[in-house]
Amino acid sequence: MIRVENLVKKYGNIVALNNLNCRFEEEKITVILGGSGSGKSTLLRQMTGLERPDRGSVYFDGMDLISANKKNLYQKRKKMGMLFQGSALFNYLNIFENIAFPLREHTKIAENVIKTIVTMKLEMVGLRGTENLMPAQLSGGMTKRVGLARAIVMDPKIIFYDEPTSGLDPISTGVIDKLIKDLNTKLNITSVVVSHDIESCFRIADKIIILFYGDIIAEGTVDEIKNSEDLRVKQFINGEPEGPIPFTRTDKDYLDELLME
Amino acid sequence: MNFDIPALIGRSTLNRIQILGKSGVFLFVAFCQAFLPPFRIIRLFKEIEFIGSKSFLIVFVTALFTGMVLGIQGYHTLTQFGSEALLGSAVALSIIRELGPVLCALMVTGRAGSAITAQIGIMKITDQFPALEMMAIDPVKYVISPKILAGIISLPLLTAVFDVVGIMGGYLVGVKLLGVNEGAYFSKMVTSVTFTDIYGGILKSLSFGLLIAWISSFMGFMAEPTTEGVSTATTNAVVLTSLSIFIVDYILTSLLL
Repeated sequence: MIRVENLVKKYGNIVALNNLNCRFEEEKITVILGGSGSGKSTLLRQMTGLERPDRGSVYFDGMDLISANKKNLYQKRKKMGMLFQGSALFNYLNIFENIAFPLREHTKIAENVIKTIVTMKLEMVGLRGTENLMPAQLSGGMTKRVGLARAIVMDPKIIFYDEPTSGLDPISTGVIDKLIKDLNTKLNITSVVVSHDIESCFRIADKIIILFYGDIIAEGTVDEIKNSEDLRVKQFINGEPEGPIPFTRTDKDYLDELLME
Repeated sequence: MNFDIPALIGRSTLNRIQILGKSGVFLFVAFCQAFLPPFRIIRLFKEIEFIGSKSFLIVFVTALFTGMVLGIQGYHTLTQFGSEALLGSAVALSIIRELGPVLCALMVTGRAGSAITAQIGIMKITDQFPALEMMAIDPVKYVISPKILAGIISLPLLTAVFDVVGIMGGYLVGVKLLGVNEGAYFSKMVTSVTFTDIYGGILKSLSFGLLIAWISSFMGFMAEPTTEGVSTATTNAVVLTSLSIFIVDYILTSLLL
């Protein structure tokens, strides 16, 4: 479904993605796991074409999104959905208008049909009846679910989730996890989830990719990751403060920096 | 720490030139996108309503009192030379040539320009631009282009309102309050105001409309993605737009006269 080849992205001297190669299987949930600054959100931005890498390719549906022109990229994006970390709902539109937005922009579907589709999507995320509310009137978990309803309104082939459970209480996290799983199993949607939530990841993932400062350090099923012998993987999934993954990342020597004029 | 002053000046200058270049490309892209299908007519009307209709009251009140002040000031100055009959042309020329376009633009900058920057800045920090991108909608075409066009369309209309209301303000004070002859007030105005004056006023208001929408949108687009970044960008947008209005006003006046 989606294939990343030799992807390199640098920000100044920092290598965010170091010649990455990976595959995201069709109709599966792949979770990209990693700590802060590991490059997982950067990878997501390159995969969706929101940012251009320094080198490499991202193949989706047989097309390289990196070298594609804007028209072709937009054609492919109509088959994608994305749930942003902060939901990215349009704050000047109500919930109904937010979800109906892609349909009104890209289709000529009659308003009464749009109303039916929006109601169905809201029912799927358990928020039917909130149509007339504004995004500011909803809780964090609810805005994520509205964001998800908007992401699936065009019936995409693939959904990208950027930290879908970050900042949510355990029950809301469970609800979002169940929704991701349901969309995958019932609608056969391919899912790419960027997260650092280990428990949530183990609940939903068919495949896990662990990033460490721009490199893939482990790749496999939940069981394979749980049984990994890699010390970095063990440290990460057990949340240990001491280990091969340092707490800070700096090229400068601490003493040199302290003594620098 | 050692400061290399020439290097600092050089870097700062290069940085400013780079921003200027970016703003030029930004305007070019937004302007071109406005004339490429699909045309977003409803978005355009919504922006005209926001920049134009909602600024109507503030422009009306500003124009009325500006005209009234000009009426009083003009009357007391002109009576010293026994030429109070020229009050109508003095008020009309001041408003049509200068005060109408400039004051109207400044009021719209304060009301709509700052709101445009804040709106775009907030859209940026809440990921609404990437969200549009992911929905296969060009954010510049959807958000910026209608604002640029709406600025260019709204300002001349608001300035026309300002001119008429301002002249009526001068009439209320000059004719109704201070007793200037009504016929003289309007007849002198008709003979002294030329097409060039009206054309110049329209040209200025078109330019100011473009400046307001362009600078406000660009500052919002370039805002640091933080709350403080948006507030700074909003302040900078109002200051920069206001200064640009005065500078462009001088350039256009010197070219038109």
